[in-house]
Amino acid sequence: METTSLLPLLILGSSLIPGVLILLLREDQSALRSFLNLFGAVAKVSLIAWVFAGYLRGEEYTFIFRLAPQLTFALQVDQLGLFFATLSSVLWLVTTLYAIGYLEGGQHRRRFFAFFSLCITASTGIALSGNVVTFFIFYEFLTLATYPLVVHLGTDKAVNAGRTYLWYTIGGGTVLFLGVVGLYVLAGPVYFGQTEIIASLISENAPQLTILFFVFLAGLGVKAAIFPLHSWLPISMVAPAPVSALLHAVAVVKAGAFGIIRLVYDVYGIGVAEQMNLLTPLAVLAAFTILYGSIRALFQDDFKKRLAYSTVSQVSYIALGVAIPGVLASAGAIVHLVHQGIMKITMFFAAGSVAETYGHYKISELNGIGRRMPLTMGAFTTAVFGMIGLPPIAGFVSKWYLGLGAVEAGSYWVVLVLLGSSALNAAYFLPIVYRAWFCEPDHERVSRIRSGRLETRALLLIPVVVTGLFSLAAGVFAALAGSPLSIAREIAEKFYLL
Amino acid sequence: MTDLPTSPFPALLVGLPILVATLSLFFRPRGKAVVGLMGCLLTGGLGLIALVEVMQQGTVIHILGGWDPPLGILLRMDSLAAVFIGMTAVVGVFISLYAWWFFRAREATNGGFPLFWPLWLFLWAGLNGLFLSNDLFNLFVTIEVIGMSAVALAVLSGKTAAQIAGLRYLLAAITGSMAYLFGVALIYGSTGTLDLGLLRQVLEPGATTTFALLVITLGLMIKMAGFPFHFWLPPAHSSALAPVSALLSALVVKGAFYILLRLWMEVFGVSITFSAGQLIGLAGAIAVIWGSWQAFMQTSLKLIVAHSSVAQLGYLLMIFPLLILAPGVAAGSADWLSPAWTAGVYQVMAHAFAKASFFLSAGIIIMALGHDHKGSLRDLASRMPMTVMAIGIAGVSLIGLPPSGGFFAKWMLLKGIFLSGQWWWAPVVLAGSFLTAGYVFMLLRLAFATAREKEPFRPVPKGLEVCALLLALGSFLIVLPAEYLIQFLESSEAFGSGIQSIMEGGTYGND
Amino acid sequence: METYQIYILTSAVLFVIGMGGVFMARHFIKKIIATIIMGGGVFLCFVSFAQRDALTFADPVPHALVITGIVVAVASAAFALALARRIYQLTGEESFTNDK
Repeated sequence: METTSLLPLLILGSSLIPGVLILLLREDQSALRSFLNLFGAVAKVSLIAWVFAGYLRGEEYTFIFRLAPQLTFALQVDQLGLFFATLSSVLWLVTTLYAIGYLEGGQHRRRFFAFFSLCITASTGIALSGNVVTFFIFYEFLTLATYPLVVHLGTDKAVNAGRTYLWYTIGGGTVLFLGVVGLYVLAGPVYFGQTEIIASLISENAPQLTILFFVFLAGLGVKAAIFPLHSWLPISMVAPAPVSALLHAVAVVKAGAFGIIRLVYDVYGIGVAEQMNLLTPLAVLAAFTILYGSIRALFQDDFKKRLAYSTVSQVSYIALGVAIPGVLASAGAIVHLVHQGIMKITMFFAAGSVAETYGHYKISELNGIGRRMPLTMGAFTTAVFGMIGLPPIAGFVSKWYLGLGAVEAGSYWVVLVLLGSSALNAAYFLPIVYRAWFCEPDHERVSRIRSGRLETRALLLIPVVVTGLFSLAAGVFAALAGSPLSIAREIAEKFYLL
Repeated sequence: MTDLPTSPFPALLVGLPILVATLSLFFRPRGKAVVGLMGCLLTGGLGLIALVEVMQQGTVIHILGGWDPPLGILLRMDSLAAVFIGMTAVVGVFISLYAWWFFRAREATNGGFPLFWPLWLFLWAGLNGLFLSNDLFNLFVTIEVIGMSAVALAVLSGKTAAQIAGLRYLLAAITGSMAYLFGVALIYGSTGTLDLGLLRQVLEPGATTTFALLVITLGLMIKMAGFPFHFWLPPAHSSALAPVSALLSALVVKGAFYILLRLWMEVFGVSITFSAGQLIGLAGAIAVIWGSWQAFMQTSLKLIVAHSSVAQLGYLLMIFPLLILAPGVAAGSADWLSPAWTAGVYQVMAHAFAKASFFLSAGIIIMALGHDHKGSLRDLASRMPMTVMAIGIAGVSLIGLPPSGGFFAKWMLLKGIFLSGQWWWAPVVLAGSFLTAGYVFMLLRLAFATAREKEPFRPVPKGLEVCALLLALGSFLIVLPAEYLIQFLESSEAFGSGIQSIMEGGTYGND
Repeated sequence: METYQIYILTSAVLFVIGMGGVFMARHFIKKIIATIIMGGGVFLCFVSFAQRDALTFADPVPHALVITGIVVAVASAAFALALARRIYQLTGEESFTNDK
């Protein structure tokens, strides 16, 4: 911890600086803006790769700035943080490409891309936070950076959605603040990984620690969209598709889920959490959210809304995995961070492309869309199969590990929840796939944007194909070293060694 | 006391603005503005140099004219005074620059309000004098100077609403001063001295002291618009000209708080009791909730901002109960004091920067649109992005989201709350943040919404927007030197002795 | 009861009357007069302390303070009167109408 490195700061700067610069540009300088954006995105991915390589060689990267006595702003690099940072930065690169294509000719693009960059800064900040305070700082920063994106369209609907979004997230943030200060007063500055601090307090302050745990959970649960704190997520659907991708896959819900992982494994420690019986309520809540989200999704005709309820359900897999003690379930939870991200981003990209190209927003309008946009819908279908849990796609791997973990821990009811959820997933996703490929297209709507011989603009097509391939590859190559799964297993094993 | 190093800065900090203000009276309107702005820049620069001097040398003093106290006046600049003077310098310079452009832009239509400059310089002299005073009576004189110039500035616009609000403000100010002075008279009667340092040593707990403290606190609470004496603030602050509103809310009300903090920490440590602290904290807590709620209900921008001041000042009152431990909590060390104390200072600074920026932005919007009904904010984000940014950043600091100065203040406040065992204040702090988020985002939401109809829109000088934005950023930048600043504040002799007397007082109060 | 204590009690009574007047009265001039009464109470209090234990000579400090205080009080009262007159000219009103 003695060595100080500016690299973590540089990783944040790689999106913060372009963000600020973009704000200073004129609205019509779109080429320069795109260049800054992509430069930042590529730089971030490379920096993270560099740091990851260094970390594997055993180097430490820590940046510490003391704000006040015992109140430090700390960035540090560990495997879990890097894992999340890699996910965010890679998906950000893809989303940036997609957003450039999606918003071509739109209004207020300067503002959009500036806050887009700030948003990912917050997300990587969350990943690299070294202690609870820093995590909280970026967690709130994320709320603020996403708000202008949610209300981007400026319509009454968007503005109202923004209001709901804020009430929930600011409320969650306020509760989290209470937890952070409470923990600070009780245990001093807690760095992630220092689980021995809480362990040493357990004999004296058990009731306080229990209360604090649930205060934290309430604060984090808002962003992780755990029932009953999930309502903001479907409402925020009015935002443009790249923003939805960001909310659902890259940054916001992930920040909540990642926070829960940190809370259980790196602050309390799995041993303490289990000993204090903190996990059962979380497991029950997560399981309920999984089923609840899926059932609500069944009844949505709006394409993006159905996807949103699906997110509510899918993200709770992570919380569920965390709540089941055992290496396998933990690995399933951690790897689902990535798997859910790449599958859901594929879906949102596809939904956005369809809406942008043909103006279809409802599922009932999607008849025959697969024939018109085969690559887009092909990627979408891959993601659907993954979500349902068919091998060999990414989602299957997560579910398999979660299931094995549940059996290992003796929680057989969890297996039932997983099976039920898979059935529900199939019930709400397969009709879309069926309509897209097997129904005759309605011939009234033929107006569309054409871009050469491609089915839609190249910048809308490439990202969706890439993420579709990711979801396939993450499943097929799960057994290889360096796959998300193998890294997640390593991370999980370390938690249980302590 | 007199063995401290002597420095000319305390005298200059008070003398120079008075001199320039008097001088500027002899100029024509245009010249008044030029001389005034020069004076402001000089005074601001001087304030910052003085801050650096105290950082290097420690506490410095100046005996005016060589006449020793009690008939002469001794000015004393310790770290607390230096921080307040530095803050006034930075905020003051930005507001002055803003005022320069603001009045120039309005000169053709409304006249340039040349009297703003001498009045503002008198006000500045009063503020510096207040921070440097070392005896109770000097504090009275300086706070009167501040009060009179503040009211004169508040009525400067000449509008009827401003006159009525100004009279109400003036009456409240006089009542507050008289209550304060009554307490001072009682203290002088029972001890025979007014010197803060001496009082700390000779003051004994008793009925007279308690009553004097009560009257003094009451008077100062009227002056700083503490609940339930906040009624004068919203009309006065919202009806004034934009730079004046910024001055009134950012700096003027802080003067009374400064005296209150000094007296509670430094002088009256022996006689403050747990229940007295709880009472003043309760007033603060109600102000936080009530003020935020009122702000949420307003329809014009300046009234929202003015009511928000009531709430933000409530947080300042909430530090006073934290100076005394809850019964049953062991007083092992003075750990709990430092957070409460620094929370107050940081809240002052964060609010000064953020609220000044907020009022300046409101002035820009009024200048551009001709009115400040909150509905007019629609679609402002695309037309005046810099101003919306300033409102956003300042608003974030008011809410107390990280990593702003407001966040730091609330962090310290919550820490003090838990460490002193008074957890019941915590929900108030959080509810206040939540309500603040309500009205700040109500404004931002409108700024992002598309306009229903295009309103006439006049462009404003860029300099105005830059001033507002820089002040807003200032409310974040003050966090960076936090560790150093806290150590600097704790090095103050007053703080050390304050801890001691409060430790004694704390046990006294609990017995 | 010593003489100076009678003075102090009187000053307290004056102060309370003044303070009550400021809050209760509605007419501008009445409010302003009330602040002057408050001031009178405070100054009396100061001056009475000067006489208290001075067997040989009076304490000069309170006198100096009171003179300064009176100057300040006169100035504020004049300012308040000027404002009140201005409001009367502008609106024709002599008291706060929407008094809260």
